[in-house]
Amino acid sequence: MTGGGGGVTGVRGPAVRHKLAINRLRDRRPLEPAMADRFLARHEVPIVEGDRCTFLYHGEADEVFLIHRIFGLPDHLPLRRLRGTDLWYVVLELPAGSRVEYQLEVVRGGERERVNDPLNPRLAHSPMGSSSVCYARGYAVPDWTQPDPEARAGSLVDMVVPSRALRRDCPVTLYLPARFRRADPITRYPLLIVHDGGDYLRYAAAKTVLDNLIHRLDMAETVAAFVYPGDRLAEYANSAAHARYLTAELLPRLEAELPLAGTPSGRALMGSSFGAVAALATAYRHPDVYGSLLLQSGSFVFTDIGHDHGGGPPFEPVVRFVNRYRSAPRPVADRVFVSCGVYEPLIVRNRSMVPVFEAAGMAVRYVEARDGHSWVNWRDRLRDGLSWIFPGPQKYFYE
Amino acid sequence: MRVILLGPQRRPTVDAVVRSLGLGGSIATITAGWREREADDGELSGLLGRHDTNLGLYRRWLDIQDRDPGYAAAERRVQGELAELQDIYLLRLDHALRAVYALQRRSGDQLHAEAIAAAVAAVRELDAAHLRRVNEVRGEFFAELRPHDRPVIAGHRAEVAGILGEAAALVIAGGHVGVLADVLHLFNVAAALSGRAPGAEAPVVAWSAGAMALTDRIVLFGDRSAQGPGHAEVYGSGLSVLREVVLLPHARARMLLDDTARMAVFAQRFGPGRCVPLEGGTRIEVDRDRGCPPGTRVLGGDGRVTALEAA
Repeated sequence: MTGGGGGVTGVRGPAVRHKLAINRLRDRRPLEPAMADRFLARHEVPIVEGDRCTFLYHGEADEVFLIHRIFGLPDHLPLRRLRGTDLWYVVLELPAGSRVEYQLEVVRGGERERVNDPLNPRLAHSPMGSSSVCYARGYAVPDWTQPDPEARAGSLVDMVVPSRALRRDCPVTLYLPARFRRADPITRYPLLIVHDGGDYLRYAAAKTVLDNLIHRLDMAETVAAFVYPGDRLAEYANSAAHARYLTAELLPRLEAELPLAGTPSGRALMGSSFGAVAALATAYRHPDVYGSLLLQSGSFVFTDIGHDHGGGPPFEPVVRFVNRYRSAPRPVADRVFVSCGVYEPLIVRNRSMVPVFEAAGMAVRYVEARDGHSWVNWRDRLRDGLSWIFPGPQKYFYE
Repeated sequence: MRVILLGPQRRPTVDAVVRSLGLGGSIATITAGWREREADDGELSGLLGRHDTNLGLYRRWLDIQDRDPGYAAAERRVQGELAELQDIYLLRLDHALRAVYALQRRSGDQLHAEAIAAAVAAVRELDAAHLRRVNEVRGEFFAELRPHDRPVIAGHRAEVAGILGEAAALVIAGGHVGVLADVLHLFNVAAALSGRAPGAEAPVVAWSAGAMALTDRIVLFGDRSAQGPGHAEVYGSGLSVLREVVLLPHARARMLLDDTARMAVFAQRFGPGRCVPLEGGTRIEVDRDRGCPPGTRVLGGDGRVTALEAA
């Protein structure tokens, strides 16, 4: 992070050789309020200049803070008021490729209000609500995450699986790829079971991604089962009942009703955050069933000594499980794809799991991104993961 | 046998090539590499002046799946075995090629050069052993299943041989090279092609996967996949009408041709076979016995694409 003061010129990083726009404005004499309006009309906000991103707020306030979740930086960064105006600013150094979700906290008369950036139309959505998002230099929304009119669309089919293990009726949304052949005696589809399925569909564009990756031959034609948690913190924190539901109830039913491969290499579990813990724990309890795991920003909290893990009560069963696994790693699948954002507090945990998985004898593919604990981060890593666990037939096609 | 290899047909040249042959009579076509779109051959038919008969090999294969369930089940089993063999080979190949690249990255003297050569030799040995094993498995499968004794398959084979026997030429389009190789073997196209009297053999025009399926060593490659540069892998043998040649359709788009160190390893792996890029507009007339003619652009042992000089 760098402050905006002191007439800073963009000398850090080769991409910026000129004075930052905010500093050019600040150097104007006299500086009048109308200049701020004209300045804002000329720039997209945040202003991205090389590795420097200038965040702005325009309005009356006593204090303004940039609220973000970049691990390693103070989470409240104060904005400075440009003298003679009601324009507030802070300059943040964001390496190329970064994508940062943020909000602003505006303090007026002792009242604090947290808002999305009114100057920035870009929003990211999650089950917790929306937030503003900054695309640093070099970040581009992957085209395969956007609807492609050329890609044949798969279909979504809702079903309910009564579960004795979980003692509830479990909704499942099935993704069937385009040209799905239910009665084809030849084709056998791999199966991907997705934790937090509704959120992957809604916030990570999972259907669009599957349609596009299959269309582009980046991944095999795949059936996906998007599952929904009940009591998420209980079911996804190394729950025997959840593992039994997936393995002894959902899987046999799907394999009986659909033309699925029915072998470990044709089965994968996927999840993010607590969902990744659920995927790992399910494979741990049924080590010969699933061939691949796709684990995104797993909440793999552990302790090396003592009991202070900092995660609070919901993490107690997770810590016990991860500690046990780390103390005696064993293969639970053939292939494990792990991804994590470097701006997440979980980055150290995830990095620490990679050598553990490798030591267990599993093939591991690990990918980091300059992003946070967010659904868009997980969306943007799906091609890396899905094309690795269920590779498409691209290498066979020479048109 | 006269074989004409073409590059990808996004801008078709097959029409001009076929016209230049001055053929009289029907042209047999194979579009099985398009799989379920096999019959969508209207554009190709137009290019061939509507004088074509599609052999329908994919449709015939589907028919066998329906009418000969014993064969279909055995085929699924052998495909599973071959897939497992390929996985094991790829695992070994990954380690072997990493060793080559690691040695390449180090600078060194004669000892170092010898180490690289030995590492490449180990990869060549692995490639060769894999190809042998794949062909053994396929051979055992056909020996056990005896397709010529199975009425449904024998019927299709006879029909295919009949059409090929009358055809003025055979045109093989690109698509899925694995599917193409499988159906060409299953319907015994090599025997039908070579069954004619010397001098009366029909010329074969093939592009992309269709061309690869004519060779004795199909090499899959793709340096620009979602996973980044992958290892080129030996897949199996095609019809073996062409020997000691590795065909590389779309090489410029699919391979890191500028990475000469990587390309050198590729060429050394498959030498003395010629590694021949097939780009749009490429036309190479190959003599079965004499191989690629002078001027053919090939990937050399130094990793650069150069024109083949006269012997």
